[in-house]
Amino acid sequence: MIDAFSKKSGDTITINTVPHNDFQNNINTYLQGSPDDAFTWFAGYRMRYYAAKGLVAPLDDVWEGIAGNFSEGITKASTADDGKKYFVPNYNYPWGFFYRKSVWQDKGYEVPATFDEFKALCQKMKSDGLIPIAFADQDGWPAMGTFDYLNMRLNGYQFHLDLCAHKESWDQQKVKDVFDNWKAILPFHDPAALGARWQEAAQTLAKKKTGIYLLGSFVTQQFSDKTVLADIDFFPFPEMAMEGTEAVEAPIDGFMVSKKGGDNQAAKDLLAFAGTAEGQDAYAAVDSSNIATAKGTDTSKFTPLNKKCAEVIANAKSISQFFDRDALPAMANNVMIPALQGFIKNQTINTANLESQAKSLYAQQ
Amino acid sequence: MSTQVASPAAASRAKQPAPRRGGGSHKLSAGDKGVLAVMVGIPTLIQLILVWIPMVLSIALSFTKWNALALSDIKPAGLSNYDFVLNNYPPFWPAVEHNIIWLLFLAVVATPLGLFLAVLLDQNIRGSRFYQSVFFTPVMLSLPLIAIIWQLMYARNEGLINNVLGTANGPNAVDWFGDSSINLWAALIAATWRHAGYIMVLYLAGLKGIDPSLREAAAIDGASSGQTFFRVVFPSMRPINIVVVVITIIEALRAFDIVYIINRGTNGLELIGALVVQNLVGEGQVIGVGSALAVMLLVVSLVPITFYLARTFRRGD
Repeated sequence: MIDAFSKKSGDTITINTVPHNDFQNNINTYLQGSPDDAFTWFAGYRMRYYAAKGLVAPLDDVWEGIAGNFSEGITKASTADDGKKYFVPNYNYPWGFFYRKSVWQDKGYEVPATFDEFKALCQKMKSDGLIPIAFADQDGWPAMGTFDYLNMRLNGYQFHLDLCAHKESWDQQKVKDVFDNWKAILPFHDPAALGARWQEAAQTLAKKKTGIYLLGSFVTQQFSDKTVLADIDFFPFPEMAMEGTEAVEAPIDGFMVSKKGGDNQAAKDLLAFAGTAEGQDAYAAVDSSNIATAKGTDTSKFTPLNKKCAEVIANAKSISQFFDRDALPAMANNVMIPALQGFIKNQTINTANLESQAKSLYAQQ
Repeated sequence: MSTQVASPAAASRAKQPAPRRGGGSHKLSAGDKGVLAVMVGIPTLIQLILVWIPMVLSIALSFTKWNALALSDIKPAGLSNYDFVLNNYPPFWPAVEHNIIWLLFLAVVATPLGLFLAVLLDQNIRGSRFYQSVFFTPVMLSLPLIAIIWQLMYARNEGLINNVLGTANGPNAVDWFGDSSINLWAALIAATWRHAGYIMVLYLAGLKGIDPSLREAAAIDGASSGQTFFRVVFPSMRPINIVVVVITIIEALRAFDIVYIINRGTNGLELIGALVVQNLVGEGQVIGVGSALAVMLLVVSLVPITFYLARTFRRGD
């Protein structure tokens, strides 16, 4: 993509590639030191946080040129608390229940629309000798996907955001309801979850030991066998109390410009280019496992699964960014990971303690 | 780790010149004084920059709230970080318990095992050097390699142990990493694998340094080989023994890498060291809480260090 832009504009771009996790851990120091003009980041709590701290430059002028390229959900996700936009989306990937079509055909399963149908389906899978829901939580974060979806379906997207921003208390019935509903489907999850990583859980799906797997579409990276890959389909998290399936968990990766880079027109031009179909096609030519966010990108190389992913995102009214991106990182990493692992193990959760931890940690910011 | 090993030797070396010169510091020439100033000054400066300043800063930060952005964002927090850790932070007390288990396990199993290996390899058996290298290798391996090795051992379905037990791919497969009642012991075995090699090398050096005439004398007096070892050889390795005790305690207190590569120290593998890392440098950075945890660890570590230093200095008098 950088090459394509350089060719088009004649600007010279130097790229500074850093491993993802290192960058994530060092972002604080990075932004205060001498950051590069533009850098890759993701939408969510910390995008808004750095915007509020004035460490990144607003990109409203860039957005003037590219606003038409993006859906409502993605536009909302690029906007910070002050109403300005600080983020140019590049690609994202939806979370949903992935399954093998051949298994479903054999057994005559049908996509559940409601949570009750979903539970009935799991029950049926169990009696057919499958572990209904593949699950892996040794690393701690995958369970947040289940939490997010249950929370959004029960309490709505706005509640999800407010809870993540700690504008809502953790110690309330709405949160307890999430865990109560989860408890109802927990027996359908793979009991070995706490000792497995998502790659291993993906293999149980590939080997037809499990029926469905709630994960991001990056799960397909694990299916190196072409016939397995062609046999994969997915359905959105079923409807519960509040809303249908219009909120989708689809973390968006993209670009931001540092405060210093705000004066560099070339950096902004680069981002404007990144926000067009042409720019995103250039990116997708290198990495095709994700879905471009701009409208009008080339979908001719899409597999049917890619198309379906893109459709789900395009139709989404709201796009959540996953708990560890929507919430304070300390809340996600230090509090939720142990709490959810404890819940998976003992089926108990102490919401009062979650709330008191949240209070201390958000007050540190 | 290396400073712990080096310090006793350095300390005893530093002490020796003093009595020999008979307290004649006033006889030093200007040049001697300059050399002395440089030799004392540089280590002091390094110590100051690498140890004392970070320590004082940690202690100071543990009484503040800070988002790690601008320095002006540092706000006083009193004892609230300590209160949070002690009363509100669920992983803390399990971590304390696990550190104690860790210490007991190293002291009762790993360290004696290292001593045992050293005694065995000191017997001039064939291939002794080869075995020494084998047992010492784990000490030198990098963390990602250790992770791969133990993943190969412990993985639920693909791992060596479950396949040898014949439980792999079945419902009875032992979940070495995920079952919180056994994963600590699995991690301790991995820690022992490394710790024993380390202790072995220290004791091998100690055993080599023992005057052979001591053993001969014991043998002439009719001591059995067991008596010779426990009554003569082991007590005469006293300096090494003290170093080993201190190393064992320090290793137990700062243990974190093995649990960190398994699951970052959650779900039955909480350790204070891992909590410090998570709160100070990890993604979930909370400077105040992380510093408070680090200070608690520091205070606990000071006990064995003080004990050790007190003994070393007393011997010097």
